[in-house]
Amino acid sequence: MAINNIWVFAQVSNGAPTSASLELVTKARSLGGSIGVWVAGDGAAVAGVLGEYGATKVYGVDYGSNLAGAAVASAMKSVIDGGDSPDLVMFPQSYEGRDVMSRLSVKLDRTVLTNNIEIVASGDSVTVTTPIFGGNTLVATTFTGGAPYLAAFRPKSFAPEASGGAAAAVQAVSVPDLGATGTAKVTAVHVEETTGPKLDEADIVVSGGRGLGESVKYEMVEQLAKILKGAPGASRAIVDAGWVPYSYQVGQTGKVVKPSVYIAAGISGATQHMVGMKGSKNIIAINKDKEAPIFGIADLGIVGDVHKVLPKLIEALEGR
Amino acid sequence: MNIIVCVKQIPDPANPGALDGNNALKRDGKLILDESDSYGVEMALQLVDAAGGGEVNLVSMAPNSETAGLRTALAMGAAKAVLVSDPALQGSDALTTAKILAAAVQRLGGADLIIAATESSDGYTGTVPEQMAEVLGLPSVTFAKKVAIEGGVLKADRQTEEGYDEVTCPLPALISVTAGVVEPRYPSFKGIMAAKSKPVEEVKASDLGVTPVGWDGAGQKITSVTQAEARAAGEVIEDDGEAFGKIVTFLEGLKVI
Repeated sequence: MAINNIWVFAQVSNGAPTSASLELVTKARSLGGSIGVWVAGDGAAVAGVLGEYGATKVYGVDYGSNLAGAAVASAMKSVIDGGDSPDLVMFPQSYEGRDVMSRLSVKLDRTVLTNNIEIVASGDSVTVTTPIFGGNTLVATTFTGGAPYLAAFRPKSFAPEASGGAAAAVQAVSVPDLGATGTAKVTAVHVEETTGPKLDEADIVVSGGRGLGESVKYEMVEQLAKILKGAPGASRAIVDAGWVPYSYQVGQTGKVVKPSVYIAAGISGATQHMVGMKGSKNIIAINKDKEAPIFGIADLGIVGDVHKVLPKLIEALEGR
Repeated sequence: MNIIVCVKQIPDPANPGALDGNNALKRDGKLILDESDSYGVEMALQLVDAAGGGEVNLVSMAPNSETAGLRTALAMGAAKAVLVSDPALQGSDALTTAKILAAAVQRLGGADLIIAATESSDGYTGTVPEQMAEVLGLPSVTFAKKVAIEGGVLKADRQTEEGYDEVTCPLPALISVTAGVVEPRYPSFKGIMAAKSKPVEEVKASDLGVTPVGWDGAGQKITSVTQAEARAAGEVIEDDGEAFGKIVTFLEGLKVI
């Protein structure tokens, strides 16, 4: 058995597959075989763009007011039980992706390997790589149970490239009776308006950490991000402290960013943070403690007080 | 209202992590309560208070009969705990962990609500809560950033890529809560003293009827561990009041301003 049939779960956001999802379809192409892409929602609406990236088939799951996790995993299981079984299922490390893979993992009694940045298939053996200890160490893990292998990947692990394929065939898959697991229902959807670029797509990211001292000082970070037409981010410490929402978090548990410029203000550089931003092309760090680990990876490190450096920097840039 | 909180006892994240001879994370030193779990413990205590009665109980899986982290959660106000500690569990994958914790939940007789963090601060696998829900056949709301129970129904705001969804869910259910969802209390002296005598039942995987576990049950094998290419440090300067100018020059050099 080689890897002949690959499934990708694609996260659809604002009507289009996310970049992280297209990365996985691109990578699946290089592993060979047919590529079936699952979406929570209308498959036909995204069959064109997914086909361009190499999908041969799109499975659309109309999940109604269910949460995608239980609904899509059940739909996948029903198709597998029907005889269309993948060798490998790739998931983006997104909120929906994590729910679907966890539910499917139990339904198939297969382990799931998460937080990967690379995958290699050799014959019927599949090995994935995950960074640990802030990205300093790479652990390669080979699946030993039988297929389907379930693997999740961090965003920006692969470059998305269209192959110019035709629109994928569409198969609508209905959601089986979910029993008790289907009793959680979405009653309202809130889209948070963000001005400026998205954190994980911005060319410049300015992040703040505990060194800011108090939550109101985070305004400096937002102001600097705005002036630079970038996105504001945060360390886990200030998300945990409730200064900014979880969606601002850069790091192992938050977003992975690889901007041209990353400015870390008052962030010491815990391993959990560094793994989310060390792929940035240029890193500028401002921190009071000259021993802070962040200086070990910064291209420009300023040992100083963010409360003094940031206002001057903002003033200098505003005048331009 | 009875709530079970899944808590992980982890090596202190302030210390650098290390792997043992089997390429598993070293857990031989003192373990502490994962800070991510302190939010779930606090939320459980608040929900039980709001309901006007009930208990917060804990389940945990840890080597060496470790209870230091559990005692912290007990000192915060939890009533009792089931600790699964068994050398046979070393090397267990996330799916096995979920089966073990689900069985521990059942050993406590289940609960109206099960709370976990979105992911642990050491392993970061991030699948165990939702896997537990599936094992237990429960509905779930993951990545909850606001939680209330009204008339026996859970109402939560769930983080999404675009913003958040309002979700309702009947009990029993399982939720994973994001960090910062509530402000965890510090254990009082009285709480710390009381925690010393609160019951912690220690069980083995075989007591829970879960097999196979550990390396044998894992559908994965670590095949190599290598050092990633290090990123070199650049220029580090002390701020003399004019260091902001260095940043401006640096940004100019990159043509981003």
